[in-house]
Amino acid sequence: MTSIQTTERRKAFAFVAPALVWVLAFFVVPFAVMAAVSVSRMEGRDIVHGFFLDNYIRFFADPSLFKGLLISLEITGMVTVISVLLAYPLAWIIAMQVPARWQRLALMLAVLPFWTSYVVRSYAWLLVLGQNGVINKALMGMGLIAAPLEIASTRTASVIGFVHFFVMLLTLTIYSNLIQLSPNYARAAADLGASAFSTFRHVILPLTLPGVVTGAFLTFVLCIGDYITPQILGGNNELTLPQLIMLQLGRRGDFPMASAMSIILMAVVTLAYFACARWLKLDRV
Amino acid sequence: MTKTLPALTLLAAGLAQTAGAEEINALVWCDHADPALIEPFEMATGITVNLKEYEGTAAGLAILEQSQPGDWDVMVIDGVDVGRAVDAGLLAELPADKLATADFFPELVMPEVNTRDGKTYAVTEKFGYNTIAYDKTKVDPADMEDMAKITSGKYDGRIAIYDYYMPVLGLMQVASGGKTAEMTADSLAALKAPLMALKAASKSVGDVVSSQTALATGEVDILIGGGEWLTAVLASENANLDWTIPTQGAVRWSQSLAVLAGSTKQDAALQFVNYITGPEGQARLATSSCYWGMPANKKAGDVLTADQKTILRWDNQPDYLARSQLYPVPDAALDTAMQDLWTEMLQN
Repeated sequence: MTSIQTTERRKAFAFVAPALVWVLAFFVVPFAVMAAVSVSRMEGRDIVHGFFLDNYIRFFADPSLFKGLLISLEITGMVTVISVLLAYPLAWIIAMQVPARWQRLALMLAVLPFWTSYVVRSYAWLLVLGQNGVINKALMGMGLIAAPLEIASTRTASVIGFVHFFVMLLTLTIYSNLIQLSPNYARAAADLGASAFSTFRHVILPLTLPGVVTGAFLTFVLCIGDYITPQILGGNNELTLPQLIMLQLGRRGDFPMASAMSIILMAVVTLAYFACARWLKLDRV
Repeated sequence: MTKTLPALTLLAAGLAQTAGAEEINALVWCDHADPALIEPFEMATGITVNLKEYEGTAAGLAILEQSQPGDWDVMVIDGVDVGRAVDAGLLAELPADKLATADFFPELVMPEVNTRDGKTYAVTEKFGYNTIAYDKTKVDPADMEDMAKITSGKYDGRIAIYDYYMPVLGLMQVASGGKTAEMTADSLAALKAPLMALKAASKSVGDVVSSQTALATGEVDILIGGGEWLTAVLASENANLDWTIPTQGAVRWSQSLAVLAGSTKQDAALQFVNYITGPEGQARLATSSCYWGMPANKKAGDVLTADQKTILRWDNQPDYLARSQLYPVPDAALDTAMQDLWTEMLQN
């Protein structure tokens, strides 16, 4: 190896080193600690270190705990699908129908709710969806319903709170994909006799799929790990996995169980990543 | 020069004052974070109190575990968990003869909680009841005097449960005619059916803020596990919120104040304890902007206003104290069993 090559390698390493140190310090080491704690066990109120799989076995054997994972997956699945279905047309309208000079303003308006606190937004939804909230009062005022709908403190409320947030995120990722698309694709399809629907189905949608999947994956990751929204809007009538993890920490002081459940949550996210990897283009976000 | 000298003198005086100022670090609940409580102590003694709020004994003990001895000087702790902290060697012995316990309601001295082998490790500072809170314009107040009527079906879907397993399971035990002190992991099985029935009749299970919001906004009309600590702070805005102790009884909560064994400022910490448990400190703590509660020290009654005493039901205390039972004091096995049952209820 020549001295030039050596110098180049050192330079390259120097460039990469800060990122490596960052990942090591803030991901690899904490993850290793969490993995080690997850195979410890509680004896009374003390943590006994060792290699025990008790926490993992208990998680899958205890219906109350395992159900938390299923609830998280159900809510996350619903939120992701609904958000995509709402965000795609919104992004389409902004990218294709809104004049270029107004697009920046339209995007800003679309993401305006990002500027408010997550907790405040959730409590605001609670007041909107409550028995005496805006929705029920409006529906009853119009004579459409006789008694208030039970929306607050339900899974529906959690899903609405989540969708409100993630539609904004997905709109951005899908818009960034749509805006890069040359209008010549649609023109070429039309020249070849394709209908508007066929053009969308066979040309536009496949080309924008990376943006959709990237946004959907980010929605999945952020939604399945969220604790605040179901805690405030769900009324504690069912517990998601992050809520159960918080229970282990705040109430039981059971760090091994909380660590095991966090590892399981990470495993689910990793599986989701591999399922989406083919289409993921995180650099386009 | 004439201008510089006074400025330097002032600076030197300021530095001297800073160097001499004493500070204590306190792990507290949100009621201690009210400036109206802390500032008079700081002004009177020159001792700065650095506060860190926490919720739940497990979280408080975790903070201590991650700290160095001496990092914290005083700690507010759930009365039933004092023994746990003593077992862990975290608390310093307090000089019993220098505490104001002689002025306390006798039931609130609680030696079974605050002392071990004749040594005092904590002192009760505030108490109240986990019972029934309700909106008196939406329910029949007479029904609220009987737990059986509340869960009879008449109020289904209009009930919220306070999300803390200890008082609510204690309340279920009291409602079934049992004693909280006699709860065991085995006897807990008998509470499962009524607890699940209560959940089925309820609309939500929430923490303090969620429960308050649900009751204040009319989302629910009854809160199981609520009490003066939840409704009193809203009294000025919503006079319809009320609370009572049903005929079956209720659970009494208490919080204690302790000095930590590792503290290097034992004298300043004790001064703080004595301020909080003295009449003025007690009155301010009882009416803290975070939540209200009865003061353990009877002499706080001389400081509280008539309106404040009405909201706290000062005159009813002899009856309420007689009809309420202490929180269950679970060992590790019972605590685990209670939390398992609670988690099952939440997921049901």
